[in-house]
Amino acid sequence: MRRAFAVFAVVLFFVLIAACGNRRSSITVAGSTAFQPFAEKLADQFMTNRPTANIIVQGGGSAVGIQSTLSGTAQIGMADLVSLPEEAKVLQATEVARDGIAVVVHPSNRINDLTMDLLRRIFNGSIRNWRDLGGNDGVITVVSREAGSGTRISFEQIVGELVLTKEAIVQDSNGTIRETVANDPNAIGYLSHGLLNEKIKAVTIDGVACTNEAIQSNQYALARPIFLLTRGERLPDTQAFIDYILSAEGQQTIQSSGLIPVK
Amino acid sequence: MMRIPAKVNQAAAATVMALATLLTLAVLIFIVVFILEKGLPILSRTFLFSVPRDMGKAGGIFPTILATIILPLLAIALALPLGVGTAIYLTEYTRESRLTRIIRFGNDCLAGIPSIIFGLFGFLFFVTLLEMGWSLLSGGLTLALMILPTIIRTSEEAIKSVPTSYREVSFSLGATRWRTIQRVVLPNALPGILTGVMLGIGRSIGETAALIFTAGSSLRLPQSLFDSSRTMSVHFYILAREGLSTENAYGTAAVLILSVLSVNAVAYYLMHRYMKKNA
Amino acid sequence: MKSHNLREKGVQYLLTALAFSALFGLLLIALFILKEGLPFLTQVGLKDFIFAHDWEPQSGKFGIYPMIIASLWVTFGAMLIGAPLGIACAVFLTEFVPRPVMHTIKPMIELLAGIPSVIYGFIGVIVLAPLIRTHLGGPGLSLLAASIILGIMILPTIISISTDAINAVPNSYREGSRALGATRWQTVYMVVLKAARSGIISGVILGMGRAIGETMAVIMVAGNAVKVPGTALDSVRTLTANIALEMGYAVGLHRSALFATGVVLFIFIMLLNTLASAFVKQEIRRR
Repeated sequence: MRRAFAVFAVVLFFVLIAACGNRRSSITVAGSTAFQPFAEKLADQFMTNRPTANIIVQGGGSAVGIQSTLSGTAQIGMADLVSLPEEAKVLQATEVARDGIAVVVHPSNRINDLTMDLLRRIFNGSIRNWRDLGGNDGVITVVSREAGSGTRISFEQIVGELVLTKEAIVQDSNGTIRETVANDPNAIGYLSHGLLNEKIKAVTIDGVACTNEAIQSNQYALARPIFLLTRGERLPDTQAFIDYILSAEGQQTIQSSGLIPVK
Repeated sequence: MMRIPAKVNQAAAATVMALATLLTLAVLIFIVVFILEKGLPILSRTFLFSVPRDMGKAGGIFPTILATIILPLLAIALALPLGVGTAIYLTEYTRESRLTRIIRFGNDCLAGIPSIIFGLFGFLFFVTLLEMGWSLLSGGLTLALMILPTIIRTSEEAIKSVPTSYREVSFSLGATRWRTIQRVVLPNALPGILTGVMLGIGRSIGETAALIFTAGSSLRLPQSLFDSSRTMSVHFYILAREGLSTENAYGTAAVLILSVLSVNAVAYYLMHRYMKKNA
Repeated sequence: MKSHNLREKGVQYLLTALAFSALFGLLLIALFILKEGLPFLTQVGLKDFIFAHDWEPQSGKFGIYPMIIASLWVTFGAMLIGAPLGIACAVFLTEFVPRPVMHTIKPMIELLAGIPSVIYGFIGVIVLAPLIRTHLGGPGLSLLAASIILGIMILPTIISISTDAINAVPNSYREGSRALGATRWQTVYMVVLKAARSGIISGVILGMGRAIGETMAVIMVAGNAVKVPGTALDSVRTLTANIALEMGYAVGLHRSALFATGVVLFIFIMLLNTLASAFVKQEIRRR
């Protein structure tokens, strides 16, 4: 029993230390789940070059990226929005990559191309069967991201005047969108084009395929920037990490993993 | 209407209930077998003891195993003194009163709170207000609150079932109340208290919702209690949801199921042995 | 002797303080969730929040009526599956099979109670949803799938508590009934179940609490569409799923609305808890 109290006392001690704000010197990167995998990879590479740095990458979403940078919980926020919200104006934003949003269907689907207008009508629920588009008879399962997601906000902004149908299934990450579409022959969804694989099929939009070249040349309309956000003066490690991402090597990593470099 | 003979009625009822029992067992066993069948072949020493690469698509699950050991232990270290203390107070220091009823009601309510609410609270309180960030410590503290009711309830049962005669003998030998508790009550209640501990560990291992918001989801090997880390449950959830690697997902699920089942088996064994002793 | 007394007093004070830990934790949780959710509720109004049908946080529409209905339906569906199966199982194990059989099967079921909810959810996505989609139609991720998965999840809880409640019925009740010429089933039906009623009901209520509070498994299998379900094959979003899905991305009023969703969930759970403890009390009084 006495030992139990000792353990308790020790833990209490730790709690007090934490409460007094004894923070470790590591750098937390949080935000956009679309950029998270790339940030993890970049952080690993960066830390092999600079062993003294300790970079921790968290997901959470673009809003968490903005919030945690504002509050100081994270030193770097990741946000993938076409336009940043009002409260993010006090932050320094650095564009580090561009990302295409691919519209995906099940590989068995006969549809290969959609116009922006058809896309809008599918996602707002006015077209409800693949038959109406020349596909097989089957009720369309619309799969969308959750409210607040950077990908969803960008998608709705670019498609324009889009009020999502209430029938839409909602998933909270690129990966789950892909899994859901891969499992349902009648599904249509949208995701970061870096996550395309053989389980799903990307359709062309107005005849333009979602490729690196088309995104870079602005021919493919569904694309958005990815920002890294910082507040106030940057710590040396923070600056070095952002510099590394913008370096030739960092941009190369971004490109080889499926995002579009900015430089 | 024709009256159905009582015997026929009974046979029908028994058949229906037997089928229900079989169905229940079949479904539960199917789940375990389904996971183990696909997951066990994945397991290897490298899978268990190497670090994940490429967000868990390749490599092993060592950091998540470590987090799955540290977090429940941390939670127990915090909840055990609180829980046993409460149980001792309720059984040894006070009679049934309005106060104990309020304490018990609070305990029951805490037990019923969904883990997502614990997650929200842990995020607001430990992660943000106390500035612990997403860390093992935030996660452990949140888990401690979650398992506290289980610990209190099982400890109380255990302490209550220590025969009064034991205490009387100790008192008659001149021991004080606290000394009696230390030397007589607690040692005899230990197996029962341990049952609660094991149940708490089992619940912590299986927890996901509360931990995503408090311990975060970093895959790196934690260097201290202030580092974020994900447990096997959280890792499995992310792997399975994101479709990152079906193989690693099944492998993680197999380890997860095996650990939960063995922890629960120990709890059950302790409880059983204990009940026999006191019967 | 004096130091002894001092220590005794000290220990007593310490234990008294510890005894309030759970209550303190509960109040702290309630306080923090309310603190984040109340400003929203006072601004938008509770009525507009829980009766409005539209949830479009980006355009400032915060109505959680579809989620409340979905949570209730999912819980009801889970009960429809879990309660009859669980109670039948408990009766069969306690009244119709030899003791040793019960003592092998009950521990097995209780061990399985520990299977993490994410694994139930995963089985739902991999096995159940495709079955529903191909045989019954709809997207598969649905109210039905969520109800079935939750119904299975709460089985161990219901079985365990019901078995204990039935076991606690004194044998003299059964003997009396049998002596009057009742069959075993008639005895169970008319005597045992009645005597064990409040225990069984509190088990079912606990199961309900677990079902309404489950998050991860539901997110995985329910599909999370924001609408009042028309049929069991429709995709739905529960209160818990709403919080966990959008918390990551929420800022400002949207974030407060999610905490307010937590407040509503909290109130539901407290009502269930009060109900359950009322039944337990009734049980104690009757014994």
